[in-house]
Amino acid sequence: MDYSQFLAMKQEIGLLAVFLLVFLYDTFMPRGAQKGLPVFTTVLMLLVTLGGFCSYCMAPGGEVSAFAGMYVTSPVIAAIKNILNIGVVIVLIQSIKWTNSEAMTMRRGEFYELLLVTLFGMYLMISGRHFLLFIIGLESASLPLAAMVALDKNRYESHEAAVKYILTAVFSSAIFMMGLSFVYGLTGSMYFNDIYFALTSQRSLLLVMAVAFVIGGIGFKLSLVPFHLWTADVYQGAPTSVTSYLSVISKGATAFAFLVVLNQVFGALYSQVWEVMLYALIILTITVGNLFAIRQRNMKRFLAFSSISQAGYIMLGVIAGNAMGLAAMMYYILVYIFSNLAAFGVIGAIENATGKVSMDDYKGLYKTNPRLSVAMMLAMFSLAGIPPFAGFFSKFFIFTGAINQGSVAIYVLVLIALINTIVSLYYYLLVVKAMFISDDECVVPNFRSACSERLGLWISVGGILALGIVSYFYNSLLELTGVSEMTAYFIG
Amino acid sequence: MEITAIYYLVPALVMFCCGVYGFITRKNMIAMLISLELMLNAVDINFVVFNRYLYPEQMEGMFFTLFAIAIAAAETALAIAIIINIFRAAKNIDVRSLNEMKF
Repeated sequence: MDYSQFLAMKQEIGLLAVFLLVFLYDTFMPRGAQKGLPVFTTVLMLLVTLGGFCSYCMAPGGEVSAFAGMYVTSPVIAAIKNILNIGVVIVLIQSIKWTNSEAMTMRRGEFYELLLVTLFGMYLMISGRHFLLFIIGLESASLPLAAMVALDKNRYESHEAAVKYILTAVFSSAIFMMGLSFVYGLTGSMYFNDIYFALTSQRSLLLVMAVAFVIGGIGFKLSLVPFHLWTADVYQGAPTSVTSYLSVISKGATAFAFLVVLNQVFGALYSQVWEVMLYALIILTITVGNLFAIRQRNMKRFLAFSSISQAGYIMLGVIAGNAMGLAAMMYYILVYIFSNLAAFGVIGAIENATGKVSMDDYKGLYKTNPRLSVAMMLAMFSLAGIPPFAGFFSKFFIFTGAINQGSVAIYVLVLIALINTIVSLYYYLLVVKAMFISDDECVVPNFRSACSERLGLWISVGGILALGIVSYFYNSLLELTGVSEMTAYFIG
Repeated sequence: MEITAIYYLVPALVMFCCGVYGFITRKNMIAMLISLELMLNAVDINFVVFNRYLYPEQMEGMFFTLFAIAIAAAETALAIAIIINIFRAAKNIDVRSLNEMKF
């Protein structure tokens, strides 16, 4: 066996090293030093992120595959992993206060270990070019998450959310694997490439069903609309740090993996089979997510429905089927990480200080906590897509990428998405209105949030502003995807 | 009489549909878990049969099944742990009692 191929897995090995160090720290350090675990993990993760950026800047290289083509990495894949790493670092910074709280003393290490394992699973999911590796990644990205959702042992909602999550997750992965077994029966291989070439000449009803099953299985993880019912309950019940992780990192990784599977496995079936399926899914996802978000009063539930509709926008990058769509999707994920984490950072800070998560409690927040309100306002503006914040440009690029696909149907789809953007403006502004315009006496007293929470918010808000103004990020992503090997599978 | 692939595929499909039906209709969470297990095992049978009858020169389906069994075991263990937590908190495992959060 050629051991040098492990060098292709630099990022995975780095992450594994962090995991082992955190595990050893958690197991062997004396009780007095345990409080340092959150900072220790955050610093290590920051180092891995920086290392990822450096190795990526110094030696961009082309596509490298290992383990007989089961594992593939390329500059685009390294870039999406780096984007996820940034999000994880922010989540870790924001969760320091919570993991050092009284209730978490016994379970502090578990949170970090489970989080790192799920991130590792997402890496495999993004890099896997064989369905065995893909399934292992998918499962190790979703099973530990159920345990993380159940981490808040004293709250009943946490358990209820966890049981809802695990039952629907297993159900959807069973459906996904059933679809895979049909694909295997039709093509005789589990390699993405072999399936792609075997499917260029095959059309059958079984194949359509298999594609539908696969889309359903991954659509569950992305919470696209017919498969979204778990989302709001899980987001509400889970601890806020876990919710923020679930809503940005898990969603971003799955969206990228979805694009890879649809283009590199079923790319030959684009116009015959899954294009129409995705049209229906995207329209439903954006519309239903928006309409249900309007009536929510709990902030976490509200952001859950907002994230459902955001997933619909992300899917526009998948359906575009061209290099610009891919770049726009990655940019959208990056922007979405910053905006959503800013919103969750404010919610987490207020929840840690006062335990309040209802939108009614945010009335008049500007009078007592002006800085938190401004951060929340920027997050809402960015999520709604108001210029000059980053959210506007990410929406603009993803619409442009989709339009470039060129068919009449896509124009209608983008029009519907645009109308929905206006609808979404209404409910995002409801939060801003509650904070700034409402005359009611605020129930949240003035408080000083923890240093770590403020740092996390500063980074997120900085990201929202910088990504909107500095064009470097999108341009470099577009350059990357333009020369990527993945474009060979695209239609446009 | 020769036993062809269809003799295995039809029971697997029936098992899968029973699993889906059971998952939707059962009220007891453990029974729902059993239904999920039925679905996962139907998938395993499918893989093994496709491998044995259609593509016997390579073992990809068999290996996938081995991994799928391990994954299913992990899923069940985790789900049971969470259901035990629910039982401790609510003193029953009826799925209809999970109505703290809705809509």
